[in-house]
Amino acid sequence: MAVWARLDDVCVRYGSKIVMQNLSLDIVEGAITCIIGLSGAGKSTILRLLNGLKKPDSGRVFVRGHDVTEMPENELIDFRRSIGFSFQFAALFDSLTVGENVALPLREHTKMSEDEIRAAVAANLEAVGLAHLEDRYPAELSGGMVKRAGFARAVVTNPEAVLYDEPTTGLDPIITHILTDLIVKLRKRLNGTAVVVSHDLESIYMMADYIAMLFEGAIVAYGTVDEIRRSPNPIVQQFLQGSEVGPIPI
Amino acid sequence: MRVFDDVGRGTINVFAYAGGLAELFGDTLRFIVALRIRVREALDQAYLLGVQSWSIVLLTSLFTGMVFSLESAVQAVNYGVGNLVGGVVAFSTARELGPMLSAVVVAGRTGAAIAAELGSMVVTEQIEALQALGLSPTRMLVVPRLLALLVMLPLLTMIADVVSMVGGMWVANFYAHISYESFIDSARFALPFEDVLKGLIKAAVFGIIIAMVGAYQGLSTRGGAAGVGRSTTNAVVISIILIFIFNFALSYVLFGST
Repeated sequence: MAVWARLDDVCVRYGSKIVMQNLSLDIVEGAITCIIGLSGAGKSTILRLLNGLKKPDSGRVFVRGHDVTEMPENELIDFRRSIGFSFQFAALFDSLTVGENVALPLREHTKMSEDEIRAAVAANLEAVGLAHLEDRYPAELSGGMVKRAGFARAVVTNPEAVLYDEPTTGLDPIITHILTDLIVKLRKRLNGTAVVVSHDLESIYMMADYIAMLFEGAIVAYGTVDEIRRSPNPIVQQFLQGSEVGPIPI
Repeated sequence: MRVFDDVGRGTINVFAYAGGLAELFGDTLRFIVALRIRVREALDQAYLLGVQSWSIVLLTSLFTGMVFSLESAVQAVNYGVGNLVGGVVAFSTARELGPMLSAVVVAGRTGAAIAAELGSMVVTEQIEALQALGLSPTRMLVVPRLLALLVMLPLLTMIADVVSMVGGMWVANFYAHISYESFIDSARFALPFEDVLKGLIKAAVFGIIIAMVGAYQGLSTRGGAAGVGRSTTNAVVISIILIFIFNFALSYVLFGST
């Protein structure tokens, strides 16, 4: 199994709060790795470390063998073009329409003609069920629609890897199913890598090749869906069962 | 000991702020020199930040010119030097009042708008989204705003200069019965064209200050809506302080010997 990215002995602090302590994790190339854990455990920080939006206080982050922690900002900008990022709250640019949001990376990074860009935008919006909302502004959409538009923007350039920050949180079961299915299909079509941060266990069981559980700044469990579901680790079992009783302090 | 702590921390903060601002300015210049400019966005910003400020600049400069003339014209006539009023108004307007007044008004309106917009983009993760898409926030957001103000503030200052002098001329005529011809002749005599240009150079520098401080404050925003409010206030306060400091320095350099 080739490794797409490696977090090596990473420590991250926010002020006095230690979020990661000597955390190490390999992300397998061409697979969907889901990261689970309590709210505020630092799951989203892992995604930010992977595309260089956040630098660790110590330790190293390697992506395709390149040390992201050593990259200057101008190199990082180029590096990030090959990695899609779907934000938890979509982070659409509110001065642009949905169509312009999705078209932006194509306009900035490719030499595609306007017709080609329009076609790509339409296809991606259609895939997330927003074909008719291209000319609307983000403020005119519901939370779920905004989230789907952010999803379309993250994948429109067909990146080699996509990082999804809670892609299905707050969506209805039908859209959740559509997006989960889309993540799987996209991974297959691009033959790429996906890292998904999520609390949605149903979706995770549907899409994950590997699951990593983050707890108190470290990865406490890692494996396939079956391995994690059968894990003897009481922390994992308490989390999966949503139980109040167990080693996880409430 | 606490006093020393506070002074030390304050000094470090000032240097850290100056360093951050200089770094952002250097980054912005790098994109401009490389001609990596989004022209359409710069034009949009010129309209939003510059053209939409013309009415407030016009009003403030009109009344400032009028009050300046009101205070000086009657006194000047009493002392028998009414023929100098046009020169005094033109001289002070083109060198100081026009650039300063326009800059302070634009700092209040536009500097605040830049900080609030970019600050809101920070707290809603839009800046991170730009970076995640492999786009530089400096190129996408700061460069167009800097170019817009670099061009628009001198243009607004030209309007302020003209309107202020027209207002002053009208008041001088109305209250002190100084003829328009006398006012204009005096202004022509006292104000070389070179001084007008130097006033516009000042305005361009003030435009840079407003854009950079607004952008830096916006991009440094932390802490949600309250943070955006703090950034906006700081952008206006710091811009105005820097405008006054740079005005003195520029007056010394540009007009020191005249």
